[in-house]
Amino acid sequence: MTLAATSRWRWKQPSIIPGFGLTLGFSLAYLSLIILIPLAGLVWRTASIGWAQFFAVLTDERTLAALYISFGTALIAALINAVFGVLIAWILVRYEFPGRRLIDAMVDLPFALPTAVAGIALASLYAPKGWIGAIFMPFDIRIAFTPIGIIVALIFIGLPFVVRTVQPVMEEIDREVEEAAATLGASRFQTIFTVLLPGLAPAVLTGFALAFARGVGEYGSVVFIAGNIPYVSEIAPLLIVIRLEEFNYAGATAVATIMLAISFAMLLVINLIQAWSRKRYGYV
Amino acid sequence: MSDSRTTPFRDPTDESPLVKLLVILVGLAFLAFFLFLPLVGVFVEAFRKGGQAYVEALVEPDAVSAIRLTLLVAVIAVPLNLVFGVAAAWAIAKFEFKGKAFLITLIDLPFSISPVISGLVYVLLFGSQSLLGPWLKSYGIEILFAVPGIVLATVFVTFPFVARELIPLMQDQGTGDEEAALSLGASGWQTFWFVTLPNIKWGLLYGVLLCNARAMGEFGAVSVVSGHVRGLTNTMPLHVEILYNEYNFVAAFAVASLLAALALVTLALKTILELRFGAGGAGGRRH
Repeated sequence: MTLAATSRWRWKQPSIIPGFGLTLGFSLAYLSLIILIPLAGLVWRTASIGWAQFFAVLTDERTLAALYISFGTALIAALINAVFGVLIAWILVRYEFPGRRLIDAMVDLPFALPTAVAGIALASLYAPKGWIGAIFMPFDIRIAFTPIGIIVALIFIGLPFVVRTVQPVMEEIDREVEEAAATLGASRFQTIFTVLLPGLAPAVLTGFALAFARGVGEYGSVVFIAGNIPYVSEIAPLLIVIRLEEFNYAGATAVATIMLAISFAMLLVINLIQAWSRKRYGYV
Repeated sequence: MSDSRTTPFRDPTDESPLVKLLVILVGLAFLAFFLFLPLVGVFVEAFRKGGQAYVEALVEPDAVSAIRLTLLVAVIAVPLNLVFGVAAAWAIAKFEFKGKAFLITLIDLPFSISPVISGLVYVLLFGSQSLLGPWLKSYGIEILFAVPGIVLATVFVTFPFVARELIPLMQDQGTGDEEAALSLGASGWQTFWFVTLPNIKWGLLYGVLLCNARAMGEFGAVSVVSGHVRGLTNTMPLHVEILYNEYNFVAAFAVASLLAALALVTLALKTILELRFGAGGAGGRRH
């Protein structure tokens, strides 16, 4: 009897610490009220639209164009961030120069600066008459109010994700590995690109995926600089807002569900990368 | 290589000064274009027409009511998520139970949802086409296009911040201190208040700081549920949008400069917490 009692499956390990029921119960109730029930409402609403209408929204040219623009610009911005994020992490970890501490702290600015503020600041900066926009005007390159403007905003939003995932891993790199490579006759260039960077791959990939996922859903910083021309520079989150303003709830819900499904798939991919990295490289 | 003999000795695990300088310059140029110039631009545009126009934009009644609403929303949303964060971290870090990883994933969910969708879910729940909306309205309770909706959307978006910060911190600290306190006769509340809370206070402050910055600055989710009624349901970011779209750039950037200053204060405090108290571990990176 006692043996059966101790070896039976339990969902919670016994503990002398009190408050489990209270804290878990409160957490679950709050989680359900704020997150799960509203999200379930979205799914339920989608289900009630019916396949025919859902499919009509999905294959609508404007929906497809908006999704294409959102995912395309987020992909390009995340790729640019993956390159420059690693470079910035490198100079912050390896080099000494005046103002390094300050710059290290400022990398988090996009996390702290409200997206609407970033949006109007970038729009006025990259507009044809703005400080940076004016530099490109003689070459007939317009940045604000084109898809390039969306990429600029998403680079701003996504940069800290790459830097902050790569930086701690870079700090942990054992110098002996580099010394060994140098001893064996590798040039500095070879050491960096064939020894150091491959070890950083999972961190870069995680940062890239986080920046990409954030970029796809980003709204505030993009709408001011994008120009918001349907089929050209209209992002998917904006299309949801437009459908809502038209009281086309079914249309808004359908686009939202598609975006949600894709972001969950990406969340899964991020978790898989991290699980693989933990196994292969011993870090997240 | 033969030329390495002719040049002065250089650490083989270091780059040449020229390469270093070049890489630093490229990195700084990138940061200047994407981070520093936008930030500087906010303040330059705000003061374009002098200090008086700046102050006028901030004391104008609609601006004042936007500032007030933003503070009100933060004052409600941040404590709610603070209590949740502590409770969730207590349950997750101090106990072993099945389904823990799944629960953490659920808590992280709002980070991976577009802010617009976070607002949309409340429109669907409380809108005129829903079941709840008209029923509440018959009792005179307005959620959507009113303050409660804005608070709910903000709570949704800032939901994970405190919990995300505390869970890894409290998991690292283990349960030894609490078990010692309890075995010495402390009650559960005493244990939490005198043992756990002092251990986590800096991490807690760190989480609250980030939660507050996001709560005051949230745009997408709030924009969907607010209804944009001037002087009534406009938060500061929404007020910035309206002024900007009216080509009232000085006023828009004046209000924006307050939010930018908030961001700078947040960053400064955050950096101090990181340097002094080692706050902000793994959780600080994902938002």
